[in-house]
Amino acid sequence: MSLDNKKVKEIAYLARLNIEDSEIEQSTAELNNILKLMDKLGEIDTGDAQPMAHPLKMSQRLREDNVTEEDLSEEFQAIAPKTGKGHFLVPTVIE
Amino acid sequence: MHNLTIAEQIKGLRNKDFSSLELTQHYLNRINDSELNAFISVTSNQALSQAKEADKKIANGKSSSLTGIPYAHKDIFCTKGVKTTAGSKMLDSFISPYDATLTNKLNAENMVMLGKTNMDEFAMGSSNENSYFGPVQNPWDKAKVPGGSSGGSAAAVAARISPFATGTDTGGSIRQPASLCGITGLKPTYGRISRYGMIAYASSLDQAGPLTRTAEDAAIVLNAMAGFDTNDSTSANKSVPNYTQCLENSVNGLKIGLPKEYFSDGLDKGVEKVVMQSIKEYESMGAKVQEVSLPNTVHAIPAYYIVAPCECSSNLSRFDGVKYGYRCEDPRDLNDLYLRSRSEGFGDEVKRRIMIGTYALSAGYYDAYYLKAQKVRQLISEDFKKTFKDVDVIMSPVSPSAAFDLGSVKDPVSMYLADIYTLSVNLAGLPGMSIPAGFSDNLPVGLQLIGNHWSEELLLNVAHQFQMRTDWHNYSPADR
Repeated sequence: MSLDNKKVKEIAYLARLNIEDSEIEQSTAELNNILKLMDKLGEIDTGDAQPMAHPLKMSQRLREDNVTEEDLSEEFQAIAPKTGKGHFLVPTVIE
Repeated sequence: MHNLTIAEQIKGLRNKDFSSLELTQHYLNRINDSELNAFISVTSNQALSQAKEADKKIANGKSSSLTGIPYAHKDIFCTKGVKTTAGSKMLDSFISPYDATLTNKLNAENMVMLGKTNMDEFAMGSSNENSYFGPVQNPWDKAKVPGGSSGGSAAAVAARISPFATGTDTGGSIRQPASLCGITGLKPTYGRISRYGMIAYASSLDQAGPLTRTAEDAAIVLNAMAGFDTNDSTSANKSVPNYTQCLENSVNGLKIGLPKEYFSDGLDKGVEKVVMQSIKEYESMGAKVQEVSLPNTVHAIPAYYIVAPCECSSNLSRFDGVKYGYRCEDPRDLNDLYLRSRSEGFGDEVKRRIMIGTYALSAGYYDAYYLKAQKVRQLISEDFKKTFKDVDVIMSPVSPSAAFDLGSVKDPVSMYLADIYTLSVNLAGLPGMSIPAGFSDNLPVGLQLIGNHWSEELLLNVAHQFQMRTDWHNYSPADR
């Protein structure tokens, strides 16, 4: 599998990353080199091996449905780039 | 004082040979004089007040064994009130509103935090050259890399500017820098130490561990670091043994496996020689050595470089410039805010891995990449399972070469290929160690010990016995 510049730009956008036009050739070449490495997986016969989701086959614990967190919203908002009236502020989405 | 091990410093504090304040001030002076760039933040004032507090506890007989011992914290662990950057511009001004569980545990012992150590950005790298705060120098040769991603932690312990440093290991990030800097590093079994408050890279692989000079020191601090945590859903609910109690056991009759795939063409001759000499040392102590095979070793590289980027692309989607971290200037609209905050905040290697992960997880490719990689992971894990029926410990090199020149490896794939001996351990969730085993061209070389799940006690014992017979762990860069 080999990527062209257009596809690399699409992937970058999916990941919400910008790639400048001046960098696109190099990015595409680097990603294609890495893809060559990844594509070696296709050559491996995995037979009926089960995908390994957890190294120790542990399952997710359940707990009682109790409130354990205190309200720390002020502390959490104190480190935000922009807040107002208890909200995280971003540029206007709907006019 | 800086040439003492933690075990010796504990005795020194108890016997009133020196106070924690004196010990702490001594290390702070050494950090101040160091030019390795091992620290991102040095927390002098906090350290001095923690040391005074520790001295009070010791005077009142309310101390635990680690009370008053200084340490350096990898800058990936959240520390309330002290910035936590993960080596990234994205978190350059991030001050966590809470402490990581590991931070809490070390605070509960009244240990003294000297500062936060440099690292590859979000733990992605094997040379510490991917840090927004600049590369770290290897104390043995300042033109060389210290390894990564816990490069600052390893350099700090090797240079005797901290007796102990925390690290994290996702694909070798404790063991490889420990090897390249000539110190002891332990990556415990997945789930042994809480990941809560440890900034995530690849959640199914990430594991914290200690970097120290000796295995005995590693055992002492692991006692404080390990344990179940309800705040981490992957933390193991399993009792923690006293890791120091088995250190003196004999290794007579220990069955050691040497995986033939780890001694293949790419291995530097000087490194191989050091590793084989160490194996002979074990034989002279009565251990039995046999060749074993881990046939899927070579597949660990593509499997890891799919699983880790996939998990990273998901984990790092939280850095969007909205709730915390870097936000670009004057965003035009929400999309511009996301795009520019992330593009300006992340470095090249992080972006590369996010893109690889995004691609591998995108529609139509999931089966070919992520699912296939998880199946390969199963095969790698089964290789180990079979091998541990025949042997107690696997021994191998940690890295194909000793420390390389800063700036010398420019191609990402070449850097990835050098992780060949460490990745499988993370994919299988096993514990692994690197211990100082000798020198090649005046640069330190580590020996890797790999054990079965939850065999930290055995690994520490096997490492300690080696250190009772050899003095590689006592060499320090200043001596040479």
